[in-house]
Order: sequence, then C-alpha cells, then structure tokens
Amino acid sequence: MARIVIDPVTRVGGHLRVELDVTSGAVTDAWTSGTMFRGIELNLRGRDPRDVWMLAERICGTCTGVHALASVRAVENALGITIPVNARLVRNLLSGTQLVRDHVVGFYQAQLPDWVDAKSAITADPSATARLAATVAQRANATTEAFQAVRDRLEAVVNSKQAGVLGTGWWGHPAYRLSPEQNLLLLAHFLEALDWQRDFMRIHALLGGKDPHPQTYLVGGMAVAPPWGGPTGAVGRDHPTVPDRNAPMPLSTDGLTLVDTLLTSARDFVDQVFVPDVRLLLGAYPEWAKIGAGPGSYLSAGDLPDSSAKDPQFLFPTGRLATGNLAASLPVEQDTIAESVAASWYSYANTADGLVAAVTGETTPAWGGLALPLKTLEGAKKYSWIKAARYEGIPMEVGPLARLLVAVANGRAELGAALAEQMAPVGLTLDTLPGVAGRILARSVEAVVVIRQAATWLADLRTNLGTGDVAVADITFWDPASWPKETHGYSLGEGARGTVAHWVTIRDRTVVDYQVVDASTWNASPRDSVNGHGPIEAALASVAIADPARPLEALRVVHSFSPCGACAAHVFGPRATPGEGTR
Amino acid sequence: MQDDGLYAAMVRRGMTRRSFLRFSAAMAAALALPLTYAPRIAEAVSSARRIPVIWVRGQTCGGNTEAFLRSSDPTTAALLLDVLSVEYHESLLAVAGADADLARTNAMSLYPNGYLAVIEGAIPTGAGGAYCLVGGRPVADVAREVCDGALATIAVGSCAFDGGAPAASGNPTDAGGVHRVIGNGRLVTLPGCPLNTVNLAAVIVHYLTFNELPPVDLANRPLAAYGNLIHNQCERRPHFEFGEFALEWGDEGAQKGWCLYKLGCKGPETMANCPAARYGEKTSWNVRSGHGCIGCTTPSFWNAMGPAYKRIPGPIPFFPALSTDTAGQLMVGVVGAAAGGHALGMGLRMKRRRMITAREAKAAVASEATVAVVEAEPAAAIGPAPAQPLEAPAPPVVIPEPETGEPETAEPETGAPPEER
Repeated sequence: MARIVIDPVTRVGGHLRVELDVTSGAVTDAWTSGTMFRGIELNLRGRDPRDVWMLAERICGTCTGVHALASVRAVENALGITIPVNARLVRNLLSGTQLVRDHVVGFYQAQLPDWVDAKSAITADPSATARLAATVAQRANATTEAFQAVRDRLEAVVNSKQAGVLGTGWWGHPAYRLSPEQNLLLLAHFLEALDWQRDFMRIHALLGGKDPHPQTYLVGGMAVAPPWGGPTGAVGRDHPTVPDRNAPMPLSTDGLTLVDTLLTSARDFVDQVFVPDVRLLLGAYPEWAKIGAGPGSYLSAGDLPDSSAKDPQFLFPTGRLATGNLAASLPVEQDTIAESVAASWYSYANTADGLVAAVTGETTPAWGGLALPLKTLEGAKKYSWIKAARYEGIPMEVGPLARLLVAVANGRAELGAALAEQMAPVGLTLDTLPGVAGRILARSVEAVVVIRQAATWLADLRTNLGTGDVAVADITFWDPASWPKETHGYSLGEGARGTVAHWVTIRDRTVVDYQVVDASTWNASPRDSVNGHGPIEAALASVAIADPARPLEALRVVHSFSPCGACAAHVFGPRATPGEGTR
Repeated sequence: MQDDGLYAAMVRRGMTRRSFLRFSAAMAAALALPLTYAPRIAEAVSSARRIPVIWVRGQTCGGNTEAFLRSSDPTTAALLLDVLSVEYHESLLAVAGADADLARTNAMSLYPNGYLAVIEGAIPTGAGGAYCLVGGRPVADVAREVCDGALATIAVGSCAFDGGAPAASGNPTDAGGVHRVIGNGRLVTLPGCPLNTVNLAAVIVHYLTFNELPPVDLANRPLAAYGNLIHNQCERRPHFEFGEFALEWGDEGAQKGWCLYKLGCKGPETMANCPAARYGEKTSWNVRSGHGCIGCTTPSFWNAMGPAYKRIPGPIPFFPALSTDTAGQLMVGVVGAAAGGHALGMGLRMKRRRMITAREAKAAVASEATVAVVEAEPAAAIGPAPAQPLEAPAPPVVIPEPETGEPETAEPETGAPPEER
C-alpha cells in the first residue's frame, strides 16, 4: 500500500489537499482536506443586516454573486420582504448567466487539462483538425489557418523554457487517449472559451456594476433601476451623455439589447462548442461513466424561481434522493441540515463528534497541532478545515448531476428531455449517469437549458418594464425602525456547483449570528462521526491509478465535482453571546 | 518558434498595427501618461520577452484570479500565452501536487530576481500558519520565498493589501497583508475587492516600458490608478453639484441617474479609478449601474467604510483594527482625498477633516496647473482635472520625460484620441 499526496490540488477554488491509499494500482481509501480557514463569520456578526451580503459574497469569488444572492434572500426571509418582479428577473439573469459561465469555465479551464494532452496537440495536422471540427459543428472560424495559429501558439509555450501553465503538464500520461487533432480542437476551444467567458460576463458588469462580485444587490431587490420614463425613456435630465455605445445604461433599451446579444452568442457557444466538445470527450472516454460514482444520495434545494411569492416553481426543483432509489424525491427541510466536526479542525461545546444542526451551528477553530510542514495526514483523526455537512446523518452529493436527477424524479419533462437528448449520443442512461462522465454531461445539459431560459427572463423583463412597472426594490422594510426586535431567516438555493444555504439571526437591528453551508461543505466534506466518507472521498474509491507519481485519474474524479475550498472552509458563525459585539 | 514579443504574437492572431497602437494608447491612459508615450509603450511592449509570473494564493476567495481571467487589453489568452509566462498559479496549472511545487521552485531558480511575484489573498500567522497551507506549508513561508527572489511583487486585491475580509473585525486567524512576507523588496499594491485587472496590465506595461515600477503612494498603490477620488471622476458628479440625489432605491432620482451620496456612496472618500476603468471591457461600474461605492480600495475598508448605506459625513468611523502604520496610510489617503477634491462640494468634508487647512487646499488647486495629467478618456473625466496628493510621500511623483523631447513621428495618428468608438 502506498500513500499518494496531492497538494495543492490545482484548478480548484481555494486550497484543497487529497490523500490516497493505493494498493495494486487502485485507490483503497481517500481523504479530502480543505487547508484554508478564514473565519469570515466573526466579521459578519455585528453588522447591519442590509450590509452583510457584501461580505458574504466574498466567501467565493469564483461562484461570483452566488453568496450575495443567498444572503439577501436570507435577510429578506427574516424581514418578510417580497421582491418586485423586475428584481427577481434581474437576479435570475445574474445567477443563470453565472451558472452557464461556471459550467463552461469548469469544463475548459478546470477539467480539460485532465483529458487533453497539449504535447500531442502540437503534432496535430491543422487541416485534419479543421475537417474534424466541421463534423462536429459548422463554424466560420474553424479553418485550417486558425488551427495552425493555435498550434503555433501552443508549440511556442510547450517547447519553450518558459513553459507557463499549459507547458508543464503530465503530458504523455497513458490515461490520455485523444488523437492529436482532437486534442488540438479542444485546446483551441480552451482559448476560445477564455475569450468568450470574458465577453459573456459583461452581463454581470452591466447588471451587477462589477464583475466579479456584482454590487447591485439590495435587501429588498436590486439597485439597478430603469431609466426615467421606462426602458425607452431618455436617460435623465442633465444626465451626461453615454460615453460610448459599448456601455449603455443597464435597463435601457440599449442595455437590454446588449444582454440579448450576449445571451444569443452564449447560446451559440453552448450549442456549437460546449455541447459538441462534451460529446466528443465522453465518446472517447466511455469507461468513465462507471468510475467515480459517489455516495449515491443527492440533494437539490431548488432555484431559479418563476415568481417572487412564497412557493414559486423553480427551474431546478427541490428534492432529495436516497441511495438506491433515484425515482422517489424526498422533501428537504432546512433545519435537518447538520454538520459534524469529527474529522474537522473545530471543537463543539456539547458534543465531541456528533452532529449539530446548521441552524444552530457553532464554530470554534481548533487546529490539530500536526507537524508543519505537513507530510501526511495519515493517522490524524481530524484532517480538514471543511466541516462535514450531512442530511439526517447522510452525506449528499450536490451540484448539476444531483439537480438533474432530482428534476427527473420530480417528473420535470423539459429537463428530462434535455438530459435524454445529450445522454443518448454518448451511450449514457439514468442508471449510468452517476459517475465522472455523468457529472460532466450534467453541466452541458444545464447550460443548454439555462441559456434558453435566460432569454425568457429577458423577454419577461422587457415586457414587465413595458407595462410601466419600473419597481426594482421593495423598500417597505428598509428602515431598521420597521424591524422586529429579533428575527430569524434563511435561504436555500442552488449555485452552479450545488446547494447554498444561509441562516441569519437579527437582533436589535444587528446581525448576531450567521451560518453558511454550501456546495463544497457537502461534496468536499471529510469523514463524519460514524466514519462516513464525504462524496469526493467515496467517489475516489477503487479508481485505478496508472502512475502514482502522476495521479491524473484522481484529478479527473475530484474535478468532476468542481470543488471549491474557498467556499467550504469555513464560514460558520459561533453562536453569539449577548453583549459580545465586534464593532 | 521563438518568443518574439507581444506585437508579433498579436499580429499572428490577426491584430492590426493600428489596434495595437490603440491598446498602447489605452495603456498610456491607464498610467496617466501623455498620449505621446503611446509609441514608446508600443515599442517597449512589442520587443519585450514574456515575463515569468509566480502567482501565490493565500486566504482568498479567488476573486482576483477571476478578475485576471476577464482581462481584455491584452486578453487573458494573450496574457497567458504571449505576454506573461505564468509559471505557477494553482487555479490554472495543468500539473498538481509535488509537480506543482516543482513548477514554482524551478521557475524561481531559473529566473532569479527576474520574475514577478503576484500575491492574492491574506497571509495568516495564527496557529503557526496552519490557517492556510499550500503543499503542506504555511502560505507565509511560500510567499516569503517567492517574494524574496522576485524582481518585484504585486499584491492583487484588498486581502493581499492589508488582510481584507479575513482580517476585518475579529480576525481570528491573525491575517494580514503582503507586508507580512516582503522585506525591502519592490512592491506594488492593487487593492480593490477585487482589483480592476486593467490596473494589473498597466503596472506590467509600465514595467516593460520604463523598466521600473510606476510611482506609488505610501501604501504602494500606483498613483495613476489610486491618486484620485472616485467622486471627482464620477459621471454622476454633476448631479451632486446641482443637489440632485437619489433618496430611495428605485426612486425618480435613481432612475434619472442622480448622485448616490445620500444612499451611502463612499465615492467621496475613496481613491480609485473605477469611473474611468470600469469593469467588463468598460461596460459599467457599480455607481453607473446604480449602487454606491463601498470604498474597497481603502485600508481596512470592511470596518472603516461601513455601514454601506450610511451617508457621509457621519461620525468619524472608529477603527478598532488599525495598526499605527495602516492608520498612517489612511491619513495619506485622506490628505490626498481632500487635496484632490479642492473646493467644489468638498467644503463640508474638509471642515470635518480638520487636518486639512484651507491654505493647503488652495495649494492643491494651484498645483493642478503644473501637473501633466492627460484626459485620455474625455467622456469619463467629467470632474475637474485631478491633482496630485498634496503631501505626496517620498519618493515624489515623477512623470518621466520623453527621451528626445518629441514623440516618435513614425505613427502620427497615435497622437490623436482613439477614433473608433
């Protein structure tokens, strides 16, 4: 038995370490360790509840805006605020576009180097690559010259002494299987995706005012307001003229046209590049459908609402699936989400390693005193800054795959059809979906669905603004004098990478307690009190590792979850004690 | 194929000489240099070899990496392949584990004092450094090593600037900024949550052009980007002068694009170039889109600039977490702020900030005439011409003279403002 240490795990958010026990070329046990703790919770306490979303947003800069939205929703829930239609649509546009962007970048920038060999790509024949590209999708820029140029660029870095991020890879590893032309095609799209995502995220710069970390959220709605007189109205008396056509005002006719243009080009990118590339990749690596299945239990909190009212219909429905029964969707209750610190560097006041409900969660960091530099976690009972989120004591996989399986179990035909359409060409079925291939496919399915839905939100927004409804924020409860002395709120939702839940307690106009459980608290969790493995740890079991010095196969499994150590490690607030304000 | 510089690389990708010069002009603007510098920038950048970069992440949300991924002039792909050679960046590197560490140490020994160290995120020292481990080692050790061997260090974002979010209020992990790990090395800080990637490109281009880092203030912030108040460059500033304010979210004033000062905007106290640089290829910035500034380029802004919706002037904020030297940096910011603001609309604030005398403010106005600051983005520069901070820290701001006294004449078109809009 040999111990393999992967630290840092690259191409993830935050800081992640993975250790593997490998016997006869296969993983026999695995540990995922978050190696960063920031303690933002102390800073959330004592703040104005209308302010906390900005700091909560900084939990993650990769899933930008996700925690801002979760936070304003939690405070709105506590104060009983219903946001206007326009605000809901703008929020959906922001989080929907974030989801599509995250899925694309997660595939190209985070995952592709696990599957594509850059050194092989520079031996490709550009004209053969152009012919290959033509069989995948008809695109004007897929010319021999274009692929020649990409090949030259890659060659310049791969053969250079200055190798850069793409120059040093585990190139030549036996697990790479694509032809030189396939490699070149996908790497050309790697570069194209970089340009595309930048352009696409102008939607966030426009509607969010800033990107990353959009800054137009408000408790009660959005700060982005339509021009005086509605979308077609003049921008404003005495308002300076718009400096350039490139930068219209957000909810003006020109602004919405810009959003429309970017959504359309994103749909083209998803349809003509992302989906075909996923198909090409999974077609070339069919055995990865059976590798990395995970715990088999799934959770989706539901998100992208079609109404601001109490019980909206979500684009992605709420539900929970137990291992072995993917047909029955079970209910999700926020107060049943709990956490264990049995294997995490924290201590609980009243239980050594039992579960504590997140709604009353506590965090006292307690570094385990391991010798630094850390050689191995072997023998350490506590080994991560990430806590272990559990539902009824059971680890849950969250994320795109979980959402789609829950949607199918809820009988959501449109999502089921989109899924079936992409499963068939690569030979996947609902039974073989749990696994690395299924997780990758789930991202492209969601991208297809959400980018189309985004066009609907935009149309609804135009229609609604056109009726003269220009409200963007409900400020009935903006004044703290209108708040109760003490109130509690929560939000359950879905970011690109999985379930995000926030809990807030407001007392005397101040946040006294704040809790977060997000996607990586589930997926990248360590062992719990009954030694149950976290989902990534479970998925790594029995994965074959061809070369212990280059554990490429393990990276494929880890990256299929899009883990983020920044989000997960962790942000739970200790219970505030009276009079213990920080400011 | 040889590494033959940015210009050749851009031409290979179909960029024209004209658009390359436009990029150079944009960079001159970002650096607050006269447009006559554009040809020199173009020449320097096109003949430069790729600069090795080692990017270390401490306690970070990854937002500055994300900002870097949105680079447009030059694009991220060009930065990654043609301009820089990013030898180590955990978010992008193809290899992992020990081989990732090896990529970093190899680059350090291959380019001694010849690479840029970029530090993102805070550096914690609590629990012996265990709050942030990279390859099993405290990130402070890794970052110190990397900064020691660098030709210069660039701290990106507010967390690397002064500890940012992890260091605010309680600071349970004893997080701090890049000062923790840098001795007397050359340092540029680019605070902002996240930084604007235009400013990162500008620092790199400045280095390529003049072979030195841009002039900075006492907090090591480049004066070109952080030398002016947001308020003075703000497109909503005329409404401030006319007393036209948004008073409630979504009200008539908000719809008319009026000033957000009464809804808590911290633009009047914040030094940054957001109104001119904007985000997303100059698409927008937060005040333009409707929400006030939160002061994220200010030292200890999570404490010092809150609450976000309380309008200034209010009670002078209490700074529990400020050390003596960060307080000193803040003073520099305040002095610069008041000087930059001169008389218009700033009377109230200056009365509050009693350290600014009327005489000093007048001197600041007078000094404007002598400072060459180019409005390369005429439409964006609505406010009065910005002044240098009154008590500029040593070394004084030096805007280098062109070598020949005359710009190169080979491309006369670059002397004109960009035409294509």
